[in-house]
Amino acid sequence: MTEDDLRHLIGRVKRGDLSRRGFVRRMAALGLTAPMATQLLAVTGAAPAAAQSVPAYRPTGRRGGALRILYWQASTLLNPHFAVGTTNQDSSRVFYEPLAGWATDGTLHPILAERIPSVENGDLAADGRSVTWRLKRNVRWHDGQQFTADDCIFTFEFARNPQVGSVSSGSYMDMEIRKLDDFTIRLDFPRPTPFWADAFVGPSGQIIPRHLFGNFNGPNSRDAPTNLRPVGTSAYRFVSFAPGDTLRAEANPNYYLEGRPFFDTVEVKGGGDAVSAARAVLQTADFDYAWNLQVEDEILLRLEAANRGRVNIIEGGNIEFIQLNAADPNREIDGDRSVAAQTQHPAFRDPAVRQAMALLVDRESVSRFIYGRGGPATPNFLNNPPRFRSSNLPMEFNVARANEVLDRAGWARGQGGIRQKDGVRLRFVFQTSVNAPRQRTQQIIRQACQRAGIELELKAVTPSVFFSSDVANPDTFTKFWADMQMYTTTMSQADPQRFMNQYVSWEIASRANSWQGRNIVRWRNEEYDRVFREAESELDTVKRAALFIRMNDLICGSHHIIPVVSRPLVSASLNNLRPVLSAWDSTMWMLSDWWREA
Amino acid sequence: MAGSTPASATASAGVPASGGDRPRVGPWLEAWRRFRKHRLAVVSAVILAILVLGVAFGPLIWTVPIDEIDFSKRLDGPSWEHPMGTDDLGQDLLARILYGGRISLAVGFAAMFVALVVGVLVGAVAGMAGGKTDAALMWLTDLFLSLPQLPLLLLIIYLFRDSLVSVVGPEMGVFILIVVVIGGFNWMQVARLVRAQFFSLREKEFVEAARALGASKTRMVLVHILPNSLGPIIVAATIDIAAAIIAESTLSFLGLGFPPDIPTWGRLLFDAKDNLDFAPHWALFPGLMIFLTVLSINFVGDGLRDAFDPRRVKS
Amino acid sequence: MTQYLIRRLLIAIPSILGISVILFAVLALAPGDPFEELATNPAIPPEVRQNLRASLGLDDPIHVRYFAWLTSMLRGDWGFSFVSRIPVDDLILQRLPTTIAVIGASQVLAICIAIPIGVFAATRPYSIFDQIANTLAFVGFSLPTFFTGLLLILLFSIHLDWLPFVYRTQLDSTGWQWWWDQVRQSIMPVTVLGLFQGAALVRFVRSAVLDVIRLDYVTTARAKGIPESAVTLRHIVRNAMIPVVTLLALQMPAVFGGAIVTEQIFRVPGIGSLLISAVLANDTPVIMAVTFVFACLVILFNLIADILYGWLDPRISYR
Repeated sequence: MTEDDLRHLIGRVKRGDLSRRGFVRRMAALGLTAPMATQLLAVTGAAPAAAQSVPAYRPTGRRGGALRILYWQASTLLNPHFAVGTTNQDSSRVFYEPLAGWATDGTLHPILAERIPSVENGDLAADGRSVTWRLKRNVRWHDGQQFTADDCIFTFEFARNPQVGSVSSGSYMDMEIRKLDDFTIRLDFPRPTPFWADAFVGPSGQIIPRHLFGNFNGPNSRDAPTNLRPVGTSAYRFVSFAPGDTLRAEANPNYYLEGRPFFDTVEVKGGGDAVSAARAVLQTADFDYAWNLQVEDEILLRLEAANRGRVNIIEGGNIEFIQLNAADPNREIDGDRSVAAQTQHPAFRDPAVRQAMALLVDRESVSRFIYGRGGPATPNFLNNPPRFRSSNLPMEFNVARANEVLDRAGWARGQGGIRQKDGVRLRFVFQTSVNAPRQRTQQIIRQACQRAGIELELKAVTPSVFFSSDVANPDTFTKFWADMQMYTTTMSQADPQRFMNQYVSWEIASRANSWQGRNIVRWRNEEYDRVFREAESELDTVKRAALFIRMNDLICGSHHIIPVVSRPLVSASLNNLRPVLSAWDSTMWMLSDWWREA
Repeated sequence: MAGSTPASATASAGVPASGGDRPRVGPWLEAWRRFRKHRLAVVSAVILAILVLGVAFGPLIWTVPIDEIDFSKRLDGPSWEHPMGTDDLGQDLLARILYGGRISLAVGFAAMFVALVVGVLVGAVAGMAGGKTDAALMWLTDLFLSLPQLPLLLLIIYLFRDSLVSVVGPEMGVFILIVVVIGGFNWMQVARLVRAQFFSLREKEFVEAARALGASKTRMVLVHILPNSLGPIIVAATIDIAAAIIAESTLSFLGLGFPPDIPTWGRLLFDAKDNLDFAPHWALFPGLMIFLTVLSINFVGDGLRDAFDPRRVKS
Repeated sequence: MTQYLIRRLLIAIPSILGISVILFAVLALAPGDPFEELATNPAIPPEVRQNLRASLGLDDPIHVRYFAWLTSMLRGDWGFSFVSRIPVDDLILQRLPTTIAVIGASQVLAICIAIPIGVFAATRPYSIFDQIANTLAFVGFSLPTFFTGLLLILLFSIHLDWLPFVYRTQLDSTGWQWWWDQVRQSIMPVTVLGLFQGAALVRFVRSAVLDVIRLDYVTTARAKGIPESAVTLRHIVRNAMIPVVTLLALQMPAVFGGAIVTEQIFRVPGIGSLLISAVLANDTPVIMAVTFVFACLVILFNLIADILYGWLDPRISYR
């Protein structure tokens, strides 16, 4: 679809020839269904879709009973602004709510907000420099206090306060907040902001009560008793919490939405492993819902055969991919390795070697035999929302061609059948975290490489070490003291800006930034840097999408990263449970609307 | 009199053995004769030999590659082509078990050896010396018992892995590290058991007798006390072997063990566990191997003890 | 005897202090950073992290930190968990009842089953009963707990659907029903642990009894016409108890320490899982507190074992 076609369609929506739903449906037909669709319509002046993107709440039968949810990781604290990791964010979301959440089709859904801002309703400035949020007026905190704009302003200040050290502070930087009245606030941006729905939206947008946190907006924030006994606005209120084990909640009788919630109690149990969590739902029906089942699909299919529950698959932007180090992991410079500023990888600096590696990754088999429904093969790094998905890249597995490419580039087979050139042997250390599907994938890739005269030494590091930021540990993924590595990077927002900054040159991980730079592969490309800068302030959504697609093609085309499979969110629920899930928001984002069929 | 027979038989060679008309044999031959009579021990020794020979030479006979992936044969049960079936990538399990068994058995034996040597040494010295030496050694034992293993392992990896690997090469370095770590975390039980046995045995009459006859301390320990405390040591040895084979597989998760694609028995068992209800053969064979190893070592140990113990009851 | 006890208790104090120094040093030197979470977040300026580190005294030299820890521990202040932001003793107390219930029950089970079986098997060596008991024991300790646990889950939870396999600390039921639910959910974790420990114990008991049963005084007792059961109980078992007591003293501290793998499989929120998650999150105050209590128990039970040796075998003198 060209820019012109899109403009034409948007014009029809504006004139009223085409309904907003019709627009979204057409975009879907063209491979363009988008969580960004509403934003697109909103910025260009068309109204957002109404609340149709969330399934209707029509419980049949009697309300009540217990809802039992199983997480294989346990939550440890319940303040959304300190919540490290999905588990804590989700558990906080049982009690706290943001102004709006992201439905799985990428539309915004109002929660504490009266309506979603748009240019049409006048809440969104046409120049993209300000947005006005109108709050619901009938919302009370669980302790009976009225919810007002002051709570939003407090949350804003709390999250931004450097002494608090909130994990959500990134969503509240570079903007100003103003209270228009007790139930209206306005956010002002210093420059046109294409992605305005970040503050107060989704996981980082959960609003906390000023009357309970007011005295803890500083270095003492972590001592607030409410961190462990949350008081929110949601459909379920706090009963008890054992850190690292169980969270219990009960129905909030004063919830502001009619007929909700459905269940009397909610229990979120943590711990254990993913496979047995799947068993507890799909085989024994002891629990209603099991979160994030990173399990080989083969196993899930067999468990599903018991016919008690089903597997829910929701497409998002997470991707399992391989990085080919741009720096040299074997040369030590001042006690450090993989120093991008001074070294280049002796083998991977040759594009032919990288191209051969890409040809040797059998994504189809990995997807088909290991990840199944939980991992469709993809040639792209940026896969979702679909309007950002490139269609320019091929996906080829071809050992013969890889051999050909290497032969032509002068890498001849030497001792033990391993190719070499100028004293550099194609022998690589390939590391990843300990995880059954990843070890299987490593083996598949190693076998293909063997046939092309490349030897891989496989290494698996325990996840708590691999994904830690421990400066002293050489085995972390950010240090990348290996030739290749594989892991999943998550895309937590429906907008790719933060996701695609992983390859800009100023984010290259190094000692100077304690290996916290997001560019872990240490790839440097001037064109990429330029295009990224351009996208940051491009207000025209269509042009912006084209820029992100260009970035994807640049990084994937360099073969320094090799996308393997995209990772949709996989969970399990009982057949009679009706959960409302979203790939762009927390599992609990609409817990108020979960119900059970009679 | 308990324990007095060996003492007299060797200490005073001039006294004729009872029933002097039987041809006299040396103590080793006598032990071998007794060992042969212990049917289970003989069978176990044969099984153990087969296991060791199997993993040593098996891969030369059964030449199917261990990492040949074949998606059309995933999770197949045992067949002529794959006598132990295949795993979820269609890799031949017999080849993998033979190959991985080398490491599992080597690690198991070596780690057991380390644990036993350290444990017996510490336990024997503490048990004989008593007093301050005993207090110091028991302090050491208590310390090792209470150290949190995971942070300590991470520390060891962090401190020693690279230097050791650079000195003795990756495979040998990893092997030594694993053996030392597993052995180093398993000797305390042996030490405590040996010490307790020594406490009790050194006050027994036959030790008193030996002491009165002027036997040296070393001789007392080696000839009189240690052989009589073999029982718990042998049991501990078999338990340690099983523990070491299993511990090896958990170490690789910390980045300390062998690479994840080396199919050691513990590793195979771990990989197989999620498929236990669909493909039981995958777990059955490595489990059986560990079981057979433990079983045969134990019976060989029993046989040896009985062979060297003249008070042996008739079996 | 009393003098011996006092002397041993006095020795225990420097022992515990020494162990605590080493524990503290290991944890301080082990790689890891409790504020990793903050470090990984690009939105948080490094000064925030430094402030936090300084406020918790993490940048002080190690001996200063050790004495700070020791003095507050002596005052009864166990410190604050970095991760959960609650006092460590609360965290431990929350998990103690479950740990004692599950691990304690499995120890009792192991002892109650293993000792009679071991004794009985040893009195009839190489009989059918002995062979079966031995084989089961070998199976028991050749299979890791992650495996036997899964086997039980597949059989009793999934195939037969008799028992739940997710342990819940707060059951909805009350009264007798509560006890019944509690027993039902404890059966599998207790069995898995009990089997593993019991298997080793059976072998040790059998071996110890076999060592004693051949001694002359047993034959003498039998020759005197004392009934076989009395011989076994009074003359054999008592003398065979020394290795068994050693072993039990080794296992007892585990009642506090928990069992990491089994707790993980059945989602039992015990101290083992607290320790492992604290280790993974580098939550040093929790690790230090748990291991320190554990060390005290190790020393205590070692002392108890030493005293029991003298009671079991009066010839062992207290020196």
